[in-house]
Amino acid sequence: MIEGLKKVLVIGSGPIIIGQAAEFDYAGTQACRALKEEGLEVVLINSNPATIMTDEDIADRVYVEPISLDYVTEVIEKERPDGLLATLGGQVGLNMAVELANAGVLEKYHVQLLGTRLSAIEEAEDRELFKKAMKDINQPVPESDIFEDVPSAMAFAEKIGYPIIVRPAFTLGGTGGGIAYNDDELFMIATRGIKLSPINQILVERSVAGWKEIEYEVMRDKADNCIIVCNMENIDPVGIHTGDSIVVAPSQTLNDLQYQMLRTASLAIIRRLKIEGGCNVQYALDPNSNQYYVIEVNPRVSRSSALASKATGYPIAKVAAKVATGLTLDQITNAVTGKTTACFEPTLDYCVVKFPRWPFEKFALADRTLGTQMKATGEVMALDRCFEGALLKAVRSLEIGVNYLSLKKLESKSLIDIAELLKNQDDERIFVVAQALRLGIGFDKIHYITGYDMWFLKKIKNIVDLEDNLRRNNLTEDNIRLAKRYSMPDAVIAQLTSKTEEQVRAFREKLDIRPTFKMVDTCAAEFEAATPYYYSCYATEDEVKPLGDKSVIVLGSGPIRIGQGIEFDYCSVHSAWALRKAGMNSIIINNNPETVSTDFDTSDSLYFEPLTVEDVMAVVEKEKPVGVICQFGGQTAINLAAPLAKRGVTVLGTSVDGMDRAEDRERFDELLAKLNIPRPDGRIATSDTEAMQVSKELEFPLIVRPSYVLGGRAMEIVYTEKELERYLREAVIASPDHPILIDEYMVGREVEVDAISDGKDVFIPGIMEQVERAGVHSGDSIAVYPPQHLDKAMIDQIVDYTTRITLELQVKGAVNIQFVVSKGKLYIIEVNPRSSRTVPFLSKVTHVPMVELATRIALGETLKEMGYEGGLMPAKPHVAAKAPVFSFSKIGLAEIALGPEMKSTGEVMGIGKTYSEALYKAVNGAKMKIPAGGTILVTVADRDKAEALQLARGFQELGYHIIATAGTGKYFNEQGFPVDVVRKIHEGGTNIATLIRNGKIDLVVNTLTFGKHPERDGFNLRRMAVELAIPCLTSLDTAREVLRVFANKGKGQGYHHVAALQDYDQE
Amino acid sequence: MKGCLILANGQKFYGQMLMDTPAVGEVVFNTGMTGYQETFTDPSYAGQIITMTYPLIGNYGLFHEIEQADRPYAAGFIVSELCDMPSNWQNEGNLSTFIMTHHIPCLYGVDTRAITRAIRSQGVMKGVIVPETMAEEDIKDLMAQPLEKMLVRKVTPGSVRQVGQGRYHVAVMDFGAKANILKDLIRNDCRLTVFPAYTKAEDVLAVQPDGIFLSNGPGDPQDLPEIIEEVKKLIGKKPMFGICLGHQLLGLSVGAKSRKLTFGHRGANHPVKDVRTGRVYITSQNHGYVIDENTLPDDAIVTHINLHDKTLEGFAYPKYNFFCVQYHPEASPGPTDNLYLFEQFVKLMEGK
Repeated sequence: MIEGLKKVLVIGSGPIIIGQAAEFDYAGTQACRALKEEGLEVVLINSNPATIMTDEDIADRVYVEPISLDYVTEVIEKERPDGLLATLGGQVGLNMAVELANAGVLEKYHVQLLGTRLSAIEEAEDRELFKKAMKDINQPVPESDIFEDVPSAMAFAEKIGYPIIVRPAFTLGGTGGGIAYNDDELFMIATRGIKLSPINQILVERSVAGWKEIEYEVMRDKADNCIIVCNMENIDPVGIHTGDSIVVAPSQTLNDLQYQMLRTASLAIIRRLKIEGGCNVQYALDPNSNQYYVIEVNPRVSRSSALASKATGYPIAKVAAKVATGLTLDQITNAVTGKTTACFEPTLDYCVVKFPRWPFEKFALADRTLGTQMKATGEVMALDRCFEGALLKAVRSLEIGVNYLSLKKLESKSLIDIAELLKNQDDERIFVVAQALRLGIGFDKIHYITGYDMWFLKKIKNIVDLEDNLRRNNLTEDNIRLAKRYSMPDAVIAQLTSKTEEQVRAFREKLDIRPTFKMVDTCAAEFEAATPYYYSCYATEDEVKPLGDKSVIVLGSGPIRIGQGIEFDYCSVHSAWALRKAGMNSIIINNNPETVSTDFDTSDSLYFEPLTVEDVMAVVEKEKPVGVICQFGGQTAINLAAPLAKRGVTVLGTSVDGMDRAEDRERFDELLAKLNIPRPDGRIATSDTEAMQVSKELEFPLIVRPSYVLGGRAMEIVYTEKELERYLREAVIASPDHPILIDEYMVGREVEVDAISDGKDVFIPGIMEQVERAGVHSGDSIAVYPPQHLDKAMIDQIVDYTTRITLELQVKGAVNIQFVVSKGKLYIIEVNPRSSRTVPFLSKVTHVPMVELATRIALGETLKEMGYEGGLMPAKPHVAAKAPVFSFSKIGLAEIALGPEMKSTGEVMGIGKTYSEALYKAVNGAKMKIPAGGTILVTVADRDKAEALQLARGFQELGYHIIATAGTGKYFNEQGFPVDVVRKIHEGGTNIATLIRNGKIDLVVNTLTFGKHPERDGFNLRRMAVELAIPCLTSLDTAREVLRVFANKGKGQGYHHVAALQDYDQE
Repeated sequence: MKGCLILANGQKFYGQMLMDTPAVGEVVFNTGMTGYQETFTDPSYAGQIITMTYPLIGNYGLFHEIEQADRPYAAGFIVSELCDMPSNWQNEGNLSTFIMTHHIPCLYGVDTRAITRAIRSQGVMKGVIVPETMAEEDIKDLMAQPLEKMLVRKVTPGSVRQVGQGRYHVAVMDFGAKANILKDLIRNDCRLTVFPAYTKAEDVLAVQPDGIFLSNGPGDPQDLPEIIEEVKKLIGKKPMFGICLGHQLLGLSVGAKSRKLTFGHRGANHPVKDVRTGRVYITSQNHGYVIDENTLPDDAIVTHINLHDKTLEGFAYPKYNFFCVQYHPEASPGPTDNLYLFEQFVKLMEGK
């Protein structure tokens, strides 16, 4: 180990955004533990509270503070670490390290950058230096040049010809990049790219779109030992970001010459860059020759390395952290075998498929086209002994409403339609390919259009042919064997053979066709593995050693998506740990390769499987656990509770009936009536006429949504009958099969409670109050603990309602309740009989191990036995704020205005002595980029004008210049607040669009208007702000709080004190 | 046609057979994920039934340039999924065609991981691949057949030949040399005189080579006493380099002992440490026997050990001006990290 190294600062990756997700919690957690294993003191900074890595026992000192130069510097000043590990915190960590070095902070405090040297980071990240480095070692890169202005980029394109790829320097997940096929497109993309790059630099290069995209994960230590952990082949050829590509590991269509050619190149590259740790190299390989180009090198642990770790069992982040401390690969033990070392190359005896999870269901109008800018929020991974099986498992792990490689909406399409659809490079392409094969479109044509390698097309054809076989021949021993080998669900086989699922199951069980489980062991069974990490397949030998009668299964939460993020993985992990602590054996089933829950040492057994009833039942039958815990894996796990219970599985914790009473609207209404607890008045309408009718019985504004869509989709707030009419006309058609729900929208303050109950007592660790008024999804609101605006009587009432509802539902474990306080009265909005998004946040700020308590209750312990009383725990003396973080710039055409539908991808926490300090840190940590001065454009709906005026005055007092559009400006002027009025986009001439484009506006405050002509105007304005990276606030509440933060800061209130979570606990 | 692999211990593994020809041989496993064609044509596998642990075999078809010999010498192949729809621009045909053309018994659609686990835990053993319809008696007879001993005789060429042009004249003792070894020597500016395995030392020395190379080959080195006698006569006369069987023969010739490994090293991912520098190299391996490090003469230098099981992977004998490695620097298949050893041989011949 490096001499004198005692204390190491680790920089996390901050909030989850598209392109930087849970994989860095996995990497960071592994890194912190690896460093501790080596006897080092670990200091961590990460603004994201929903992570395992920010748990107090992962690092010795945990700073949940903004990851920015000033805060990190302060932490360094306070902690005086000897070393800095920045290569495990994604691009954020890497950029921070560069900033710290450039600012002289590392030098000043004698902090050594561990692992990869600064020059290596620069060489990998700076395009010009990278090109030169590659030239030095004769590694080909596509012709390219760097530009800082648009005209030069266009001139270069003229020279080398289209298509051209634009990549902004130093951005995540290719933000702001794209492929241009002509001058116009290049102008747009180049303009945006220069703006989004922190150094205003773009790379313009020859496009190798259509070539095979191959990745290698490489490790190197200080002794120059180099190994390849894994190589991967993207099914989607070059042109689609690897994060948005369906990826298979290992490569399938490369022969050994090609495999070794790129392997050798990878070693040459990592040696040239002198990286000490892990790195990822991406290649474009000509499908028609052995010519290749190096596309990209990530000199750090990445999403791909998390995938490679899970795909092989080789813990890249852990090894990278140890290498960074000066150990060599052969000094590090291979944890999977316990005997061999980390200095070898894993070999697989199965096939891995990674499938991205996109958030388009949240953004109805968003551009679904995939390109160089990543759009997926998460991913799933599946393993099987054949490609077909891995692919089908991956598809049903996605939870996109399909359990198979088939989309309902494509079934009725004609051959011509499908042939056309093939051209769309979007999230549904593989489904379209399957449909094209069903319709008999030839391999050559599909290959020509999609660039999918023939090998993959032929494998998909195998699946399609099997459908035909099943349809024509009914069930035979041969075809059901094949179907199960391809991991086709019983339900799908049943559908194809016109049987019931039970009949199919009975048929195959009679033939003794049952799943077997194999181990992931890094070595294709060459050595005995010590880690029970399993996947299912239909082979002959089963390797599971069941954990016995003291085992419990924890269902995970599947892929990260908007609305179900890393918070639920945090809960699953803690549940597994709690089980272990309680003397039980924990078993996790999950399919998300990015997470801590799928690290093989989190649980006693890990099953990497889809979360469907059939897949989970296979594990249950194998392990015969005491029961299954469903309350920590979000809606994914909750949805499995009832069907599992129906099959005789013991669901630990809250009963299935209790869950149903909370989730079924009618039963929930009965429950509230019984308890005499009010909820906003509401009705169900089965026709448009009925909807208009019932609206008269209610008070506007109303919140309307279809009853059959989950998660706030197509939910809107309507303020007038006219708006309701428009909603019924344009958005949703009410019918007896698809009724719509109409509820009164209570304008007021939203309050959220997470509680733990054993059925006798209800313990409430804390109450959170939301900054944004009801109507903004709680996941998109800034939440504050403890509440700042509730009096004791109200708090007592919240505690009373929470207690009574929880006891009535006989909750055994965690429950989450959302309230609204409107005109002084408390209403219930919803009850979630499970662990919620806010559990990690609340656990961290209250220091209550909520998941552990809930898990132990599920096992039969009581709160009293664990030393807890019923009621609300006294509030801590500190204040914490949780702020949402969005990824709007990644998804073209996505509506950014906040509403009832959740849109944020991540969150940050600010914690401090005062409300203002906590909020300031949260706003900073969320990188809202509120300018310290400049011009603010205010353009708001009529109902918001009075409130906006107050805000505008406040901002002006702080020295901002206010401009407004006609309506808003007129109102302001009338009210004696003179502002400049600018034209809206549709009014033409010099308008807000031109001002924004010319950089004349620094902040936009805009609220939604409905049912008026210029509706799209607001949308365009908001999109433009996003595209050009100008902050845009769509809630006046957020704007008000931002104003307050800045005003207080102006008054000289010192917000700037970093403290570790461990310090707050001393209070 | 249905068939199965029966191991000497009685374990059975069911699958499909490509042809109805039965096979008998020593069942081994190879963990490489690519390079099936190179493996199948590696003469060192003579007499063995090769189980590929990677389940999808045949994905990129065939490509004659990567073959290591003119035909496979293995007794049989066992794969999980035999791909009949290969895809690669270099592809020249289906793997199944190749297997059938050479009439090598092949069991596919079988749980290869189960076979691997059986061999890993109990060691390599004799096995037979038989069609389902084969009579018990016939299976018994097949299983009773002794494993072939004279494997080198089977794979070594019948006559002397000259290959390549180059500055250094290397005498190659061909015990079943992989084609790429010869290519790599030639790439390093060598011209080769390739001798059959049982050539007398005087005949080899008569061509006045600058150096002598001892190739890889199949079987137990202790089955080759006549060759060992000749190697003893060559030692010290010229700079020498040995790979795999060549390394073992050099070991036995200087008085060391060899022993059989439980399940051998066969794959492309084995870490080998150069004990002089501490550097670790990833190597391509295919061997069932090793030279016991403790039996080497005191003045021999251990240069390489296997990082997994600490067995000997290479030694040098400065007194006699030779060095040798147990693994395969020529790769094919596998990592090309160790090509520097060929350069080292050239330097040895240069007297550096």
